Amino acid sequence: MSNTTNASAAAYARIGPPGQTSRRGALRQMRRHWQLYIVIALPITYFILFKYVPILGVQIAFKDLSPKQGIWGSPWVGFKHFEEFFRHPNFWMLIKNTLFLSLYALAVGFPAPILLALMINELRNGLFKRAVQMVTYAPYFISTVVMVSMILLFLAPRIGAIDHIRTALGFESINFIGEPSLFTTIFVFSDVWQFTGYSAIIYIAALAGVNPQLYEAAKLDGASRLQKMIHIDLPSIMPIMVLLLVLNMGQLLNIGFEKVYLLQNPLNTSASEIISTYVYKVGLVQANYSFSAAVGLFNSLINLGLILLANFGARRATGTGLF
Amino acid sequence: MAMAASNKIREPLSDKALLIVIYVVLFAVLIAVLYPLIYIVSSSFSSPQAVVAGRVWLFPVEFSLKGYTAVLQNPRIWAGYGNSIFYMGFGTLISVALTIAIAYPLSKRTFYGRTFLMYLLIATMIFSGGLIPYYLVVKNLGLIDTRWALLLPQAIAVWQVFIARTFFQETIPEELNEAAEMDGCSDLRFLRSIALPLSKPIIAVLVLMYAVTAWNAYFDALIFLKSADLYPLQLILREILIQNSVDNSMMVDVRTMEARQGMKDLLKFSLIVVSSLPVLILYPFVQKHFVKGVMIGSLKG
Repeated sequence: MSNTTNASAAAYARIGPPGQTSRRGALRQMRRHWQLYIVIALPITYFILFKYVPILGVQIAFKDLSPKQGIWGSPWVGFKHFEEFFRHPNFWMLIKNTLFLSLYALAVGFPAPILLALMINELRNGLFKRAVQMVTYAPYFISTVVMVSMILLFLAPRIGAIDHIRTALGFESINFIGEPSLFTTIFVFSDVWQFTGYSAIIYIAALAGVNPQLYEAAKLDGASRLQKMIHIDLPSIMPIMVLLLVLNMGQLLNIGFEKVYLLQNPLNTSASEIISTYVYKVGLVQANYSFSAAVGLFNSLINLGLILLANFGARRATGTGLF
Repeated sequence: MAMAASNKIREPLSDKALLIVIYVVLFAVLIAVLYPLIYIVSSSFSSPQAVVAGRVWLFPVEFSLKGYTAVLQNPRIWAGYGNSIFYMGFGTLISVALTIAIAYPLSKRTFYGRTFLMYLLIATMIFSGGLIPYYLVVKNLGLIDTRWALLLPQAIAVWQVFIARTFFQETIPEELNEAAEMDGCSDLRFLRSIALPLSKPIIAVLVLMYAVTAWNAYFDALIFLKSADLYPLQLILREILIQNSVDNSMMVDVRTMEARQGMKDLLKFSLIVVSSLPVLILYPFVQKHFVKGVMIGSLKG
């Protein structure tokens, strides 16, 4: 396995040489770099304000937030909001939709860029290779709003391209986006269209760093092209695969609010209502802060559990993890 | 693969077959990605009648600029465009400055507390307070319905900090800094006159990444803004493209129902092109730097 890729994943976890500075050394270093501490003060303030204060703010999930008393003064109510959510008639539907959508997206969206990268890696450097790369990651730059409107235009009954093909072949015209059973597929495959090329960049870069001697050796041993892909290419991108899988698992339930929300319509909500859209509607549209903060916290905790689980699994299976 | 080119040993048949399959598949992928984009552009240059009848397949049918004239006549789109340029320009400036301000000190091996601060950053990638506490913080700071709400809360992306920090670590030798220090050069002066000029490539990457994100963002505007005159383009696009609310100012000389519908559809295609224009123009330039940025971030962590 090449050194670059091997070191790469480990580098995420490695934060720097272990600090062995004694207290006196620390003071001396701080005096020496006092200007840098002033420079860093502003961004650190940003992180405290916009990342850590909200974490303290999750306490409203255990309180009844009243606008007058504020976050800290409102009365504690324990797990009331959580119990309310668990008993909510939509609870299982939300969990089911969220899990189904995100697992489906992961199952299709995770391997797709790996396959693309492995294939691109087999091409000779030339016009076609560059064209494939340049074209496949262009859609990454399309905004979510435009992407969703493209989906709507393509799938629209009557004027959409897909419907034209169907009617031309003698099928009935369908309102795709109003069909709950098609929602997840539309979501997942439009994501594949938009992001596969971009996500493949990482893998292509890793494959470019594979030691050529490995290929030479494999050739002498009479390995076929496919065998080289499986036994050399795949193991060399394994650390990055593990890393991205763990990170993706951690984001599993945070799956694209923006796109789901824009794709939603009254006809498909039975499949498209997920935890994050529900939090937005109940919390910000109906201003039911505490309840929806509880739902959001529940979501975050499951995410945290999943990332720890995925990391544990990755460590067990491949010996590398994110942390 | 370069290897295959210099291959003197006869390639087995199965290898050739696999390569052909790969070429065919990738060609299909190329078409599948390209076709929707061409379709959008071609439709935007067609006549409303051709669009509504679905006669556009590949090239513009009955070439017309009606869609574009309608888009350009709408004052809200202009206002949104202006706002988005402001958010993109000013926001990128703030983001890049703050990112360098945190990434540079963290790249110094002799900076006490950097391990702790790195953990602090990584933790925010793994756990967050969720939407409601985030919203309440912005609200308590009095930023709701102000331009600051789109500039500050998402100013720093942790990933970008990692990329910048790695770059500084790899390109600016610690020895250089030490030598400058011996000569009485302060940290700030070193940053300004030596480190930053050496870091132009990474600054370009950061600018492009933040600018594209800012241009395409709509969520924060959706939750934080109430006054329509502050709306960025994406929010106005949402109303027209997705909620289908087209106001009559754009419906000049359209009489029949069908012509109206055709105009509505055509308008969407033109609007998609117009709104993606800034990113489209930058694309060839952007993609080169993006690839570089992704590679720095991924391979060297």
